[in-house]
Amino acid sequence: MIVADRKPIEEILETITAHQNILILGCNECVTVCEAGGKKEVGVLASALRMYFLNQGQARQIDEITLERQCDHEYLEEIRDRIDQYDAVVSLACGVGVQFMAEKYHATPIYPGVNTCFLGVTEKRGLWTERCQACGQCILALTGGICPVSRCAKRILNGPCGGSTRGKCEISKDVDCAWQLIVDRLKALDRLDDYEKLYPIKDWSSDRAGGPRKVVREDVQQ
Amino acid sequence: MTLKTPSKLEKILAAGHYAVTSEVGPPRGSDPAHLEEKANILRDYVDGVNITDNQTSVTRLCSLAACIRLKLMGLEPVLQMVTRDRNRIALQSDILGAASFDIYNILCLSGDHQSFGDCAKGQNVHDLDSMQLLQTVRLMRDEGKFLGGGDIQRPPRMFAGAAANPFADPFEIRVPRLAKKVAAGAEFIQTQCIYNLDKFELWMKLVRARGLHEKVAIMAGLTPLKSVGMARYMKNRVPGMDVPDDVVKRMADTPKEKQPEEGIKICIESIQRLKEVEGVRGFHIMAIEWEEKVPEIVQQAGLYPRPEVA
Repeated sequence: MIVADRKPIEEILETITAHQNILILGCNECVTVCEAGGKKEVGVLASALRMYFLNQGQARQIDEITLERQCDHEYLEEIRDRIDQYDAVVSLACGVGVQFMAEKYHATPIYPGVNTCFLGVTEKRGLWTERCQACGQCILALTGGICPVSRCAKRILNGPCGGSTRGKCEISKDVDCAWQLIVDRLKALDRLDDYEKLYPIKDWSSDRAGGPRKVVREDVQQ
Repeated sequence: MTLKTPSKLEKILAAGHYAVTSEVGPPRGSDPAHLEEKANILRDYVDGVNITDNQTSVTRLCSLAACIRLKLMGLEPVLQMVTRDRNRIALQSDILGAASFDIYNILCLSGDHQSFGDCAKGQNVHDLDSMQLLQTVRLMRDEGKFLGGGDIQRPPRMFAGAAANPFADPFEIRVPRLAKKVAAGAEFIQTQCIYNLDKFELWMKLVRARGLHEKVAIMAGLTPLKSVGMARYMKNRVPGMDVPDDVVKRMADTPKEKQPEEGIKICIESIQRLKEVEGVRGFHIMAIEWEEKVPEIVQQAGLYPRPEVA
């Protein structure tokens, strides 16, 4: 899933201070699972903002809606009849949802309420960690199912570097060395011989380097 | 052994001599005086001088410009190049720039993570890794080709080197990793500083078991300790460094004013012991901001005078 984290309320306040009627718009997908932008977090943020404005003696309208998704037209259309009631929307979806909202309702200011962090997993409640950088050319078959692009601080394809110590990365004792994990995994799979295969220079044109990406599937287009 | 490049380092190794290299870190400014001073100290005592490339990710005068200065002074530079800061266009371009000044040695590295340095908020590049940079150097030299397939007019003639750290983890892939670097095109290796000689000897035994010592010239890395504080810092704070307790103790048991001398003694003793290790073809003495001690180490380790090669 896409993992996001809550923005400090001060930062959100700064963006919405000039607006009167504000919609806090949640998303029921990834950001709900990582507890950053689902219905619950929409309620918490809306309450905090109401409290703030009340204390300031300022009258503001703060409404709450949580959509099934903000990355699909059909769900964003559900608020078309209400969008004109608002001077601004704070979207708690990932950056994808914020942008799709802005594209659809281009006369309404849309502000991000979360920081979109990475593609990751829930290791346990309150701990989400990165697994994928969407490089567009998956090499997991070669690396025992562990990704050096997202999990090595130097995205080294022929690792580990000389900074690997007791299974940890040189940047922090809290970060596993991806290449230690790969070696352990290859060993468990009885494939340690594969370690000596040189991974060729990667084609990064399917990564961020190639510019905005798209997937076109004519077979499923209507 | 047929020579592949005009490198003096390659010639000395090919002639069967122990090679001796040292390193100089460029300044945090544009005044070359200190760099030249350090180079002059080393001039008659080593066969090549590595110039570090923004080591520990701290911004410094660039390795390439410093190498050119050394070359113009009549020394033999070893261009260190990390993959952290440059993509494949810049790496190839800098290789050509170095080649245009007839710089004949390159050491291919990935580089410390930028979080250690003065630009912790910066991006890193790592378009290639150190092994892929080795492959690139060899492609450019041996095939006269760019990565993009085009022909190079007057290809670079560089003796290609890599680093090896026998002490990093996991130990079981340390020798396979060397084999990979050899397969990628490494012709010489400069190792991480050696303090744990037992572990280094075990690594060399495994290296010999695979015959890798015959395919690549392994130069043992050494850094003289200045103080017990430095020994402890290296042991505890430098990633991938192995300083055994008995070395720390030996420094700690020495009165403070005698510690620098003791550090030099340990270094010389290490070289003497490493000369007995089959497959060790030379020494890379990294006297960090202590270059003035290199002549003494080289002399007392029986590595002076340096051989003349045509």
